[in-house]
Amino acid sequence: MKQPEEIFEYLKNEFGEDQLSFESGDIGQPWILVPAALIRNVSKFLRDDSELRFNTLMCLSGVHYEKEEELGVAYHLHSTELKHTIALKVRVPIDEPNVPSVESIWKTADWHEREAWDLLGVKFDEHPNLKRILLPDDWEGHPLRKDYVQQEFYQGITTGE
Amino acid sequence: MKEIVHDTENRQMTINMGPQHPSTHGVLRLELDIDGEIVINVRPNIGYLHRCFEKHAEKMDDYSKIVPYTDRMDYVSAMNQEHGYVLAVERMLEIEVPERVEYIRVIMAEMQRVASHLLGIGTFGLDLGAFTPFLYLFTEREKILDIFERTSGARLLYNYFAIGGLIKDVHPDFKKDTAEFVKTFRPKIKELNDLLSTNRIFVQRTANVGVLPAKVALNYGASGPVLRGSGVKWDLRKNDPYSIYDRFDFDIPVGQGEMGTLGDCWDRYNVRVLELEQSLRIIEQALEDMPDEGDVTEAVPKRIRPKEGELYARTETPRGELGYYIISDKSGSPYRVKARAPSFVHLGILPAISKGALIADMVAIVGSIDIVLGEADR
Amino acid sequence: MGMLDMKYRDSNIIVVSLEKALNWARKNSLWYEQFGLACCAIEMMATAASRYDFDRFGIIPRSSPRQADVMIVAGTVTLKMASRIERLYEQMSEPRYVISMGSCSNCGGPYWEHGYHVLKGVDKVVPVDVYVPGCPPRPEALLEGFLKLQEKITGETIIEKKETEKKSDTA
Repeated sequence: MKQPEEIFEYLKNEFGEDQLSFESGDIGQPWILVPAALIRNVSKFLRDDSELRFNTLMCLSGVHYEKEEELGVAYHLHSTELKHTIALKVRVPIDEPNVPSVESIWKTADWHEREAWDLLGVKFDEHPNLKRILLPDDWEGHPLRKDYVQQEFYQGITTGE
Repeated sequence: MKEIVHDTENRQMTINMGPQHPSTHGVLRLELDIDGEIVINVRPNIGYLHRCFEKHAEKMDDYSKIVPYTDRMDYVSAMNQEHGYVLAVERMLEIEVPERVEYIRVIMAEMQRVASHLLGIGTFGLDLGAFTPFLYLFTEREKILDIFERTSGARLLYNYFAIGGLIKDVHPDFKKDTAEFVKTFRPKIKELNDLLSTNRIFVQRTANVGVLPAKVALNYGASGPVLRGSGVKWDLRKNDPYSIYDRFDFDIPVGQGEMGTLGDCWDRYNVRVLELEQSLRIIEQALEDMPDEGDVTEAVPKRIRPKEGELYARTETPRGELGYYIISDKSGSPYRVKARAPSFVHLGILPAISKGALIADMVAIVGSIDIVLGEADR
Repeated sequence: MGMLDMKYRDSNIIVVSLEKALNWARKNSLWYEQFGLACCAIEMMATAASRYDFDRFGIIPRSSPRQADVMIVAGTVTLKMASRIERLYEQMSEPRYVISMGSCSNCGGPYWEHGYHVLKGVDKVVPVDVYVPGCPPRPEALLEGFLKLQEKITGETIIEKKETEKKSDTA
């Protein structure tokens, strides 16, 4: 079982010194910031390497960082065999929110990525079926963004009071 | 006059098991591509109960005002949902709760687990045509709801856990009532087994149906009885203990393929029945060791303002692993709350395990996964 | 006061007006369409189970709207579901009634303020006869709702057609 710092050192040896960075807030758990282009390779390595063996993706969430005008995706992984957990993060600018999809590595990501697209507008490249999942297909806008304004009518019904 | 064309080449049809259906456990829409009676592909459509939990969590101006909304996500096991959220916020604030609070929380969570499994098993039997177990199990469930009502005031959605403790202490006869319930409920498990588990029709409808291999289950992110039914011994109460679960002595039942293949519907059902007994063991041990004195509200903070940071905390609910990912900025309400619901993940497994099933088997498969649409859609 | 208080003639003949007989038959066998959406559905199931029995009032569940008299809208109605509810209501045959159970279908419930996908009250798409408050309402409250519906049916006439005005404010 490895601690997050050890996993970060291990990944740095594989992918180079200056690509990944290790960050944390004042409290809570730390995370590894990964550039968007590398996320698929890093995920495959995390799943297949014999010392890491992260065989399950617990949760994939989208976040809207309003001040920095970026969208982020957070990945939480765990290993049932070695019993350790790690968090990864990817940040992309809000004008071009393209992130490679990890659906081919963990099938859990299929529906989670559809939800991130639906509610926040993060586009996942090479996802087999990137359609809205929770909201109806003809809904306008991405509601979990901080600057979302609700539409007034939906199919002839008022959405307000 | 229009000519009648017989299309004998393309036999495939797409039908709809629509949002209103007596056995889809809520508003779930399944689009089935069928060839006669055999299902070729299934596409689940959800979102008919999307109630914007995450938006409410950002807009409510206090962490404690979100607790009633977490209740309503998985309304069948409300205490477990509250437990997960309250645990996550307490870890962010780095506060310790008193011993008495921990014991009461564990007893409430395990009683809720029993109540939830009774409902899950009862409705599963009802879908397949067994009406009697449904009535018998609901009578037992009412006894649990009586105890909850005497303590917290509500039958179904309690708002009982507070961040740092509980909102008020248990009623004076709590220990007596709970011990009485445990004593009278044990023989009913045997009654349930006699009625349903070995019934020939039930076995024929559930054995070898909806087989989920262990590797596929792990890749799809399954957890809870769905994962344990495929033979993987993984339970968060033992493998990643939270609260005071490491003090209790209990087993983890896994499926063994007794009636058919390992990982079929019968195995998942049987795991739930065996878990009832383990929950009763935990409740008995907790009742014995519970301290009799202590103020349950002494650690509740007046102002909840965690520092900046983020956290992912997970607990074991009757349906699987429930995770809360909370990002806090320095204000009194969270910046982002994401609830990772087990039913959402399990519905994604449906297309993989229902190839070649009959339409009637779809009902058994959906019932054995035990979904609640309130948490799948949030 | 039941029908058997009416005047008897010889050999088991009861003389009563047609309206009273029809209303008596209708209100004592209200078959509801199982339409549980969310948490209130669990309380509806508990009301149908053995402690608070529905069956003693003649109320049994039916799965198809064609065979039902009453639709109990139990739970939150979302905008995605609203068009389906309207369709199901139109499939029921007259005389038909709607009971709105719980806060969410009365007025939007706890999601009234920030719920962008929640319909604030099911009476925007179907006309409602009885509103049962609560979150969720106790089984006794739902039974009281049915008794109020029975009172409403007792007062119906067959001469005037039932008013079916929706409280909708769009065209």
